[in-house]
Amino acid sequence: MSAIEPATTSSPASAVAAGVAGAEARPDWPLGGTRKEARPPGEPRRVGYLYVLPAFLILAGFILYPLGHAVYLSLWHWDGLTVGTWAGLSNYGDVVSDPALRAAFGHALLLLVFYALLPVAIGLLIAGLVARAQVRGLAFFRTVIFLPQVIAMVVVAVMWRMIYDPENGALNELLRAVGLGSLTQSWLGDFNLALPSVGGIATWVYYGLAMVLLTAGVQKIPQSLYDAARVDGAGPVREFFAVTLPGLRGEIAVALTLTTIFALRNFDLVYITTKGGPGNQTSVPAFEVYDRAFQSGQVGSAAAIGISLALVIFLISVLINRVAERGAR
Amino acid sequence: MTLTVWDQEVRGGQAAQIRELNKQFQEKYPNVTIKRVAKSFEDLNTTLKLAVSGPRAPDVVQANQGRPVMGQLVRARLLRPLTDYEQVYGWDDRYSKLLLDLNKFSPDAKQFGVGDLYGLSQMGEIVGLFYNKRLVRTVPETLEQFEQQLAAAKRAGQTPIEFGNLDKWPGIHEYETVLGRYATPQQVSDFVFAADGASFDAPEFTDAARAIQGWAKSGYFTEDFNGVGYDPAWQRFTRGQSPYLIAGTWLVADLARAMGDDVGFTILPARSAGEDPVALGGEGLPFTITTASKNPDVAAAYIDFITDANAARVLVETDNLPAMTVPDGVAPTDGLIGDVFSAWRELNAANGIIPYLDYATPTFYDDISAAIQELLAGKQSPEEFTQGVEAKYSEFAGSL
Repeated sequence: MSAIEPATTSSPASAVAAGVAGAEARPDWPLGGTRKEARPPGEPRRVGYLYVLPAFLILAGFILYPLGHAVYLSLWHWDGLTVGTWAGLSNYGDVVSDPALRAAFGHALLLLVFYALLPVAIGLLIAGLVARAQVRGLAFFRTVIFLPQVIAMVVVAVMWRMIYDPENGALNELLRAVGLGSLTQSWLGDFNLALPSVGGIATWVYYGLAMVLLTAGVQKIPQSLYDAARVDGAGPVREFFAVTLPGLRGEIAVALTLTTIFALRNFDLVYITTKGGPGNQTSVPAFEVYDRAFQSGQVGSAAAIGISLALVIFLISVLINRVAERGAR
Repeated sequence: MTLTVWDQEVRGGQAAQIRELNKQFQEKYPNVTIKRVAKSFEDLNTTLKLAVSGPRAPDVVQANQGRPVMGQLVRARLLRPLTDYEQVYGWDDRYSKLLLDLNKFSPDAKQFGVGDLYGLSQMGEIVGLFYNKRLVRTVPETLEQFEQQLAAAKRAGQTPIEFGNLDKWPGIHEYETVLGRYATPQQVSDFVFAADGASFDAPEFTDAARAIQGWAKSGYFTEDFNGVGYDPAWQRFTRGQSPYLIAGTWLVADLARAMGDDVGFTILPARSAGEDPVALGGEGLPFTITTASKNPDVAAAYIDFITDANAARVLVETDNLPAMTVPDGVAPTDGLIGDVFSAWRELNAANGIIPYLDYATPTFYDDISAAIQELLAGKQSPEEFTQGVEAKYSEFAGSL
């Protein structure tokens, strides 16, 4: 583990703090006028808004305005062509009261397990192993495991549709080859298995991402902590929970936030593999947005689902980061 | 002058015929330049509404039949009614009644299948019964004989009907093919056009649901069909282990290439011998004229040109099934393609084509495709199926 640097005491944050303290010398303000006492040192000046204006204009034009327009559309019953009628909040009411939409949000939450929890758990396991032992060819394995990330999701989905084929698919062929023919399933066609099967694809794609984030984090944990733990007589399990896990809090938060967003905005995987079927067992909100906006002419409802989805993603992300920060204190 | 045309004739023989007809049209009318914008079906459907409502709308567009696309465009007054041109050019002699009705709407778009004509289609299609001639010695003449053959094939260890429903839409074709044995074409088109008193919760619809669920329970379909894709299913049929495949004529070229003379096409037989043939079928996306077009007369001449007798000949030469009447001696008579042409002619002569159910309401495709997956998996009884679909349908019909 020669690559690991000892932790330095001067973090970037403390350097910034030092800079602010130095500003108490009250230099002359080149642009900000002469009434220095009106504003504490280091506070933003109005000219600063000018600097962020170009970026803000792009943000406003491509994100804030469309977002606002989507909110506006979500308040109407509109088919995309003729004059819409005012809907008020009824489109949002449908998100809560329509059983089909509620089911779609439920499926998305279940997919969270496969998109976020499982990949992070697998990533942690691998990170824990890497922390203890020198793995020869680590870079190679990391690349291989990360590879699914590089493939376009559409390609992944088409490939897994073949793998899941009940008769000629690789998965059932494998089961039959090792004498487990009784376990073969209609993976995407079974009403109970379809959603976990779709989720399994996501786990395969995202555990590499979680692993790369977490193993990188592990290498930043000072070796001295592990030495201390061993001197205190900690076994591998104790060491994992006492040193590795707390040391990875930040990386876990990042991995969970990213994969949660992937989970909730999942559209491509469902669109290619099952189209929401069998029945409506794998319908997800993002698929409903597409279906309503482009296929069945319910633009207002689609916008309402989209906004609700954005809110749910926002809330879960805030929650994850809150928990991670509270643990850090 | 320039005529801007948006079409989705981008594949194989479809692309060949429209290129040829566009060339001939510009030779005949040298003062007209056709500016063709070719898009895939999906791409066309998702961009069409924005295009025709925009400031530089095309003159001629292919707008999919039914309420979701054409109906909404008619309601928004973006398509021009063609009834005046229909009379001038005599278009109603070219097509059987249903094929014209499918492109008709009342001006407020509340009534489908009646009112003004809004477009004409080039290609026809049938969903029927492909059979393997090595396994099917005699083509069944009644539904009972057909079911006996299915049972015999099952006993012989074959998959009687290859079927893959992972993509959701094939189930509609399967169910409707059976529905044609129980309901009359009039009853089905009344339902699709939402005529007064039409209902999905009718005994004929329930009987068809019971029949097809029975086939699924008896194992007459591919094992685990809800998990099998459409393409793998027909590819299995080409391997020769199954007597039957219920599918559309769009597979003719692929099946003929893979199976040669071993494959034939027929219509699922009626319950008693000698009845008029009935099959699920339809026509390609109709060519329509936008209200924004500055040259509707030229646009109408174009639509007339690509659907007349000369066009029918070009369509046959480029391996397409023309929707309009084909001049004598032009249609092929041999092999699989010959079977298809004769089936199409008989169906049109008997007015036996039933339209796709998913034209019925803007959300009907989702409603019925999910319900059929549940019916075939035994999650719904035939009664629950027809009642559930009717509940979704009446929500819409009540809003008309």
